[in-house]
Amino acid sequence: MKTEFRVYTGIGIFILVMLLVYFFWSGDGGNSILLFATVGLGLLPGAYLGWWSRRMEPRPEDREVVEPGGVADQLGAFPTHSIWPFVLGVGVFLTALAFVFGIWTAVVGLSFCFSAALWGTLSSRRGGLI
Amino acid sequence: MAVIDDTVTEHVVPHHAEEPSGFYRWLTSTDHKVIGKNYLYTSLAFFFIAGLMAVLIRTQLFSPNNHFVSPQTYNELFTIHGSMMLYLFAGPFAFGGVANYIIPLQIGAPDMAFPRLNSLSYWLFLTGGITMLLGFLTASGAAAFGWVAYAPLSEATNSPGAGPDLWIVSVALVGFSGIFTAVNLVTTIMYLRAPGLTMFRMPIFTWNMLVTGILILISFPVLTAALILLYADRHFGTHIFTVAGGGVPVLWQNLFWFFGHPEVYILALPYFGMVTEVIPVFSRKPVFGYKGLVFATLAIAGLSTGVWAHHMFTTGTVLLPFFSALSLLIAVPTGIKIYTWVATMWKGSLDFKTPLTFSIGFIVAFTMGGITGVMLAAPPIDFYTHDTYFVVAHFHQVLFGSAVLAGFAGLYYWYPKLTGRMYREGLGKLHFWLIFIGFNVTFLPQYVVGLRGMPRRIAEYAASDGFTFLNRVSTVGAYITAIGFLVFIWNMWISWRRPIPAGDNPWDGHTLEWGTSSPPPSHNFHSLPPIRSQRPVWDANHPEHADYLRPPEPSRFSSRRDEAVVDR
Ligand code: HEM
Ligand SMILES: [Cu+2]
Repeated sequence: MKTEFRVYTGIGIFILVMLLVYFFWSGDGGNSILLFATVGLGLLPGAYLGWWSRRMEPRPEDREVVEPGGVADQLGAFPTHSIWPFVLGVGVFLTALAFVFGIWTAVVGLSFCFSAALWGTLSSRRGGLI
Repeated sequence: MAVIDDTVTEHVVPHHAEEPSGFYRWLTSTDHKVIGKNYLYTSLAFFFIAGLMAVLIRTQLFSPNNHFVSPQTYNELFTIHGSMMLYLFAGPFAFGGVANYIIPLQIGAPDMAFPRLNSLSYWLFLTGGITMLLGFLTASGAAAFGWVAYAPLSEATNSPGAGPDLWIVSVALVGFSGIFTAVNLVTTIMYLRAPGLTMFRMPIFTWNMLVTGILILISFPVLTAALILLYADRHFGTHIFTVAGGGVPVLWQNLFWFFGHPEVYILALPYFGMVTEVIPVFSRKPVFGYKGLVFATLAIAGLSTGVWAHHMFTTGTVLLPFFSALSLLIAVPTGIKIYTWVATMWKGSLDFKTPLTFSIGFIVAFTMGGITGVMLAAPPIDFYTHDTYFVVAHFHQVLFGSAVLAGFAGLYYWYPKLTGRMYREGLGKLHFWLIFIGFNVTFLPQYVVGLRGMPRRIAEYAASDGFTFLNRVSTVGAYITAIGFLVFIWNMWISWRRPIPAGDNPWDGHTLEWGTSSPPPSHNFHSLPPIRSQRPVWDANHPEHADYLRPPEPSRFSSRRDEAVVDR
């Protein structure tokens, strides 16, 4: 969590510095407001993650010294193969082509997308084995 | 590997169903190694297609008033050449190919965090690439507005037809693919590191891919949004980028370059990472200034989001001193990197194998391109050289230097890991010298011809312009480079047909990917060496010189790691 906290807060602080430099150099209010909002996008999640990071143990990968044993088995299940990403990819491709060639490719494409979304979700509920 | 036996962690290989084989495996695999290889082959194929277009472009420019291709075809060729090289080769080769394959291995993970998303990324990349090429089959031809698609040239009145729309759809698809890959990389690096592999023990390549991933997440969505706006202008009658309806054409440039300049670092940082893996191994030293390199990467990433308008100096709409100053600042962390590479080699026992040779070639080319970049960052110089061949020479030196010279350094370095075989060393060297000489012969004259006033993106020039000789030299250089790649293809072919087994760790590598078999088993590791430093595999193979036995390097950024090391 410490790392996530640093990434978000780091981005927030960086944009804050940019905001100050930009605002006082250019005097441009509109863009400065957008930059200000962006600062929030960095600092708000950053603060939340920082709050959490102080309340939890470092994860095994963040510990300097790891005791032998005791950390195996934590890796979870990884699927080895699945046809649904391919179906979804082709579906998105055909749907996107509709923006060039007209709506008919989207009809086919969207049906691919929906079946992939449906079956892909169901297969992961069965343990990610399909 | 036999040498590594005092095992700390046993990876329990997750139980899985029967794996398919052959074509169906290629279609359905969610293994990052299969997907990574697919990415490598596909992006190299796009690289060769785009390279062929470059040869056609140079052939057209060989003589004044040449009519080898028509002006319209010429515009299509340089547009698709640039778009393919940047969107379909340099990026996907690095983060879809090399990083996809190597990162999980380097951090001791069994796969990427989201294997099926990874697979989806590949299919979007492949179909997006095909979409771009489809443009050549349409009646009005492919897109012809350059890889930057400036409005109002890219608007419906100036670029009618399906070709430009295909270009927009293609870049959007490839953009989504890149975003998904970035999500995957960032998550994998944050959550799937092996126990003990703390942030400051990560290999520099992994660090650079983490930062690249974050940069992608910051910049790619802006491009996607801009593409949607452009499409709306072309088809839905909006006037976002057209003066006629009260729009602002230069807004496109702002949006595009807010993506575009981070993009050039998205295309550079992974390659910086690759040479940072190669140089220490072939110098038989740990990398010099590890934390300095991490800091430099972060600084480059931060600055690269604040310099986009240096591409727009001549529009007269940007705050020149702000963008010039930030651009000049980028040279500082970049210089730190060049310094650490040289310092890593300094007094090392250098082994001039092909990967190291390519890395040194990269340093030379990149330094030259970086220096001309600093020149261009000064508005008075940029006013003079903007849109001339001087800029073309600049960005080819940095991009060819990174994506090609450093990219092939990485490819040769990890080739034994990917295949379990060794390439032919002599052919690798020949490949290097042909493309290194060819590339310099191609682009050094372009600096001069640019300073003499030759604009970029023109299909013809007149004999009286005095550009002929330098253009001829440049074209000959391009042919030499092309021959170099034939040598590469021959090398791959012969190494495939008459394999030389390479063993698991032919280079005496430092990082975890060399601690498993070549090619690695499904889910990567049967067991991991203990991780007590930045170089776990080196430590395991050279226990008497292990890094964790050395006193910690004194550092201003000293962290808890140093104390922990002293404890032991
Ligand atoms: C020291 C760091 C660098 C500085 C200060 C710098 C500066 C510049 C400037 C000012 C331009 C605009 C020139 C013009 O259009 O008039 C430019 C163009 C360009 N640079 Fe760099 N650059 C640097 C590094 C890089 C790197 C690392 C890459 C890519 C790997 C890169 C790729 C490009 C590209 C592709 C263009 C041309 C874009 C186009 O108009 O099509 N540059 N650079
Ligand atoms: Cu730039």
